[in-house]
Amino acid sequence: MSALIEMQGVTKSYGSFTALDNVTLSLSGTSPSMTAVAGESGSGKTTLARMMLGFINPSIGHVLYRGKDVAKMSGTEQRQFRREVQPVFQDPFDVFNPFYRIDHVLETPVKRYKLADTQAGARAMIEDALKRVGLRPQDTLGRFPHELSGGQRQRVMVARAVLLRPKLIVADEPVSMVDASLRATILDELKTLNRELGISIVYITHDLTTAFQICDNIMILYRGTVSEAGSVERVIGAPKHPYSQLLVSSIPLPDLDKTWGSDEVPVSEASAARANPGCKFAPRCPHVMEMCWDNVPPKYVPDSQRLATCFLYRDAPVAPGDDVAVVFRPPDGPVAVAAS
Amino acid sequence: MTPMDDKQKPILVVEDLNVHYDTGKGPAKAVNDVSFSLRPGERLGLIGESGSGKTTMATALMRLTRAPGRIVGGSVLLDGRDILKMSDRELRETRLRDIALIPQGAMSSLNPVMRLEEQMIDAIVAHNPNMRRAELEARVAELLKNVGLAPEVARRYPHELSGGMKQRAAMAIATSLAPKVIVADEPTSALDVVVQRQVMQTLGRLQGGLGAAVVLIGHDMGLIAQFADTVGVMYAGKIVEIGPVRQMIENPRHPYTKLLVESLPGIEVKRELTGIPGLPPPLVDLPPGCSFNPRCPFAFDRCVRETPLLQEVAPGQRAACHLYPAHATLPPLPAMTRAHQEARL
Repeated sequence: MSALIEMQGVTKSYGSFTALDNVTLSLSGTSPSMTAVAGESGSGKTTLARMMLGFINPSIGHVLYRGKDVAKMSGTEQRQFRREVQPVFQDPFDVFNPFYRIDHVLETPVKRYKLADTQAGARAMIEDALKRVGLRPQDTLGRFPHELSGGQRQRVMVARAVLLRPKLIVADEPVSMVDASLRATILDELKTLNRELGISIVYITHDLTTAFQICDNIMILYRGTVSEAGSVERVIGAPKHPYSQLLVSSIPLPDLDKTWGSDEVPVSEASAARANPGCKFAPRCPHVMEMCWDNVPPKYVPDSQRLATCFLYRDAPVAPGDDVAVVFRPPDGPVAVAAS
Repeated sequence: MTPMDDKQKPILVVEDLNVHYDTGKGPAKAVNDVSFSLRPGERLGLIGESGSGKTTMATALMRLTRAPGRIVGGSVLLDGRDILKMSDRELRETRLRDIALIPQGAMSSLNPVMRLEEQMIDAIVAHNPNMRRAELEARVAELLKNVGLAPEVARRYPHELSGGMKQRAAMAIATSLAPKVIVADEPTSALDVVVQRQVMQTLGRLQGGLGAAVVLIGHDMGLIAQFADTVGVMYAGKIVEIGPVRQMIENPRHPYTKLLVESLPGIEVKRELTGIPGLPPPLVDLPPGCSFNPRCPFAFDRCVRETPLLQEVAPGQRAACHLYPAHATLPPLPAMTRAHQEARL
């Protein structure tokens, strides 16, 4: 079983700043999956997405697509990679050229990759792609970007990706600029693409609620390192790492029996700026111990389908190898439900 | 949360407020006959989609509406005095001292070439011309402390602060004169969840300390639920439902409120994600009758003929919907098939 995409010990640095620190993750090529990558601003999630898409190369380590190093692909291989791995960006306003009709952004890939022999064939493909994301072709084609809402534009971007029948869509905060009422619909469409067309999806987000709803597995990043990873049922349903716990407890739920409570979260900026060689979360961690300051915690596996890089779980076994995905559950496999 | 006394005199009374934007196609009614009132210490959350008029409402409460926007009617009574009728001088004195705005994207509301301290002092001096420098500096340090920022932050420029710090700085300015009403327009829209929680808890603590009323404007029902005592739902320039937060979430009467609540996924059970099909109507061309009728799963003939008015549907809860008073509660939502959703797009 070869992996669809593999990050092997990937580190990305900008000068002395490390955006992503030694991440190893492989996503299966046999069963299409939905994987969330979550974390706050500066956690490295966008850096990870850009490396998966081949936009930037790692400083250390390799990104492999179907076993081939993305940084060293031949022209033909790169062309195939560019077709099979598609991005969906955060901002549905910036990606359109305001002078071109919507059709342009859809016709370009059809031409570039010679997807259709005839004009009519191209039109049929475009219409099919639009319908798959819940847009009516007659109301969308021929219009200019400013005539569509943010949600509609984001769907056009998904339709553009779908046209190419990719194997993987890397969606970086695809709904954070879309109204709450439309988010659900767009995410549901991503899920449908995953199921019906077998497209694997990497969903980069800071919103754990939607990650829980649509994804199988999640990896939570904190300052470039993996803090916790595993099935969404485990990691979001019953987080173990103190950072995941903080994230989950900060979700504003529309549930009055689950309120933030009156305990204010300590203000973090000043203290978190202090660098220490050990666990990067130590300066903010409510459970910090002496050992956390100078030692980097390994990936402990406190229960099935989850790993946490935290010394609180030092009695648990350490994950075999570096690959975070060893604890991932298969997309349609059994879910180990966390005992609460 | 502040315990509320129903008999307490309201601090803010908005009556029949109308704000229009002049466009080539006629006026866009961004705030359309909106009325509500706020008691001291009350936290009102106003929720709506983009284009529902919520930011227009926030600026109108401060009388900061700019062309092509125009306040065309109504009143905003702050402690009995109509902000819309004040002289320029009265208005200057009232803003910040009695009613203060925490603007959307407060990060860009700070002056990039002034140290934070000078901006904060500017605001205080405008209302207290006789305060001495030492007093002012002490006051700045105290205000920063109240929002959880270190006194050294005063010497920094806005670009030296993180998003959450800038938002808290904007909050420190807004509360510098202990206003009676704070209008917060999506104060956390660009922040991460943890920082969002910190900022909202800071706002809550400040508000509690001052006994100020808050109008929190947003689009995230979860966030509003965590903060507000009362929730008002805006749709196409109108408040379509308003009531105590628990009733609004557990027993919404307006179909739009119900769909908004339903569109928020939780983290307990995985379920089919349901959005609200369709889009809000253009404000220059509202559909006849109830503006929500083209998207409403319950719409019937009366909804396209007659605009519903807010009516009491439960104690303290009012909804503008023709289902009432015939129904006691909102009937179950009809199942929406994918085909049905597509037909409504």
